[in-house]
Amino acid sequence: MLLPGLAYFALFRYAPMYGLSIAFKDYVPFLGYSGSQWVGLKHFEELFTGPDFGRLMVNTLVLALLTVLFVFPAPIVVALLLNELRLNVVKRSVQSLIYIPHFLSWTIVASLTYLLFSADFGVLANFIHDIVGGRQTDYVAQEEWFRPIIILQSLWKQTGWGTIIYLAALAGVDTQLYEAARVDGAGRWRQFWHITLPGIRPAIVVMAILTSGHLLDTGFEQIWLMTTSLNRSTADVFDTFVYYVGITQGAFSYSTAVGMFKGVVGLMLIFGSNWLAKRLGQRGLF
Amino acid sequence: MALDTAAGTTPQKSGSVRHYDSASSRVFDVLNVVVLLTLAAVTVLPLLYVLAGSFATESEIDSRSFFLWPRNFVTDAYDYMFSTDVFIRALLTTVGVTAVGTLVQVMLTLTMAYPLAKRNLPGRALALNVVIFTLVFSGGMIPTYLVVRNMGLLDSYWALILPLAINPFYLMIVKSFFQELPEALEEAARIDGCNELAVFWRIVLPLSKPIIATFSLFYATAIWNDYMSPLLYINDESKWTLQVLVRQLTAPNADSENVLSQLDSPTFPQQGLKFAVIVLATVPILLVYPFLQKHFAKGVLIGSVKE
Repeated sequence: MLLPGLAYFALFRYAPMYGLSIAFKDYVPFLGYSGSQWVGLKHFEELFTGPDFGRLMVNTLVLALLTVLFVFPAPIVVALLLNELRLNVVKRSVQSLIYIPHFLSWTIVASLTYLLFSADFGVLANFIHDIVGGRQTDYVAQEEWFRPIIILQSLWKQTGWGTIIYLAALAGVDTQLYEAARVDGAGRWRQFWHITLPGIRPAIVVMAILTSGHLLDTGFEQIWLMTTSLNRSTADVFDTFVYYVGITQGAFSYSTAVGMFKGVVGLMLIFGSNWLAKRLGQRGLF
Repeated sequence: MALDTAAGTTPQKSGSVRHYDSASSRVFDVLNVVVLLTLAAVTVLPLLYVLAGSFATESEIDSRSFFLWPRNFVTDAYDYMFSTDVFIRALLTTVGVTAVGTLVQVMLTLTMAYPLAKRNLPGRALALNVVIFTLVFSGGMIPTYLVVRNMGLLDSYWALILPLAINPFYLMIVKSFFQELPEALEEAARIDGCNELAVFWRIVLPLSKPIIATFSLFYATAIWNDYMSPLLYINDESKWTLQVLVRQLTAPNADSENVLSQLDSPTFPQQGLKFAVIVLATVPILLVYPFLQKHFAKGVLIGSVKE
């Protein structure tokens, strides 16, 4: 019974890892993996010394930083607010509604963004224009608006769904603790500070470790769909660069090296943050 | 006596043990409801606008900036959409690939998770590590693309299914779920003469309905929404999925002119079509959502809260 599944992992998960060897070769499809010439670290040198590396690193890291600052805490805040709601009807309907965008594709989210923000008839674009005045701005085409729009999209799509894990942690907090705190005269704020927050700290740590492993995963589809010829200087990140160089230009070995660099950094990040979490006295993932 | 009653009634009046009915607390409650309702509105309003826009006339979309109900209710965009091959073909392709794909994914996930849940399975630790490692590291886009290409799967519908056939994260959750099932039930079935396959089919699967429902929805959503796979593996325009079509129609560059020129009719509702194709690509997924909602929160949590 195990065999079909193992076959899948061998073919579509581990064969590509073997394929990473072409990052150290000049891959020619005609010669195959083993027939192609070894070139050592040539492609990595090309990446680190080439003109693209700095821009890709900055763009990727800035998006990662903005994600940590805004996208990561958002579900925690919303879950805590939901937890303080006394009206169950409101709580349940808000939950049902904010889960919805998780099920929509990035294609849909990108299309909605274009409909709402584009200059010709975008609703939000016109709305902002009416308030601020001045020249009509084409938000989706301008590079300085690229990052805010990406973060807004992530917030809109993932915040609601992200609350599930924290709400579960909140539901697990022992209600006797609150009772005891009340008897001791703790107000609502102190109960929140001394019981609720510590109660969800393990969940926050686990999510932080998981997120850190994906810091450089800027989300290929999302970025690719929002990239236009006008905003590429801020939009290009490792994921989309791999696509342009590998698929569009056919430079398989070089793009594999770029992808591998990203993957290895991700691996180090996840082990690093797991180690850090344990050092700080939290339970790690492994 | 009076003191006693006062002390005794306060907690009962507040209903919950957690809250004091101080003025600041009540102000917070009101603000909290307002904030969360605003959040829900911001989430849903863009979707309602698109739905309304898909039933509006071209001139209304151009002239009114935001509306939730069209002034003149027309179905031009949908009439046009269902009179062309392009849209019907993409819809059928997407439905077909999603149906077959979900079946393959769920079968593979269940059949692999079940033996992995057995603690006495020889080589279990190794097999688990093989799975877990893929959670933190992968070959990446280009090596995977080359594997698919070398297997001759380019421009095949299987390229949209097989590379994503098992989500290792879901596999681990289903495995944890199987581990929680009472061993005694399976023992009883074995004593009654069931072989392993019959135990799985007659005992384990019926007990797993909620989790099967949850992960069917997750897998189906992932395939339905997938844009990267068609982008990478499908060049043939006759094999486009709905997501590709959505992209082609709404992209802000030359792409959209390409597909629009393919639609040979001289007059078609250009803006309305953008709204309508978004609705077409969204509604089927959202239709299943309410039915499964009560299951999936449970399904997600089984694996994540426990070890």
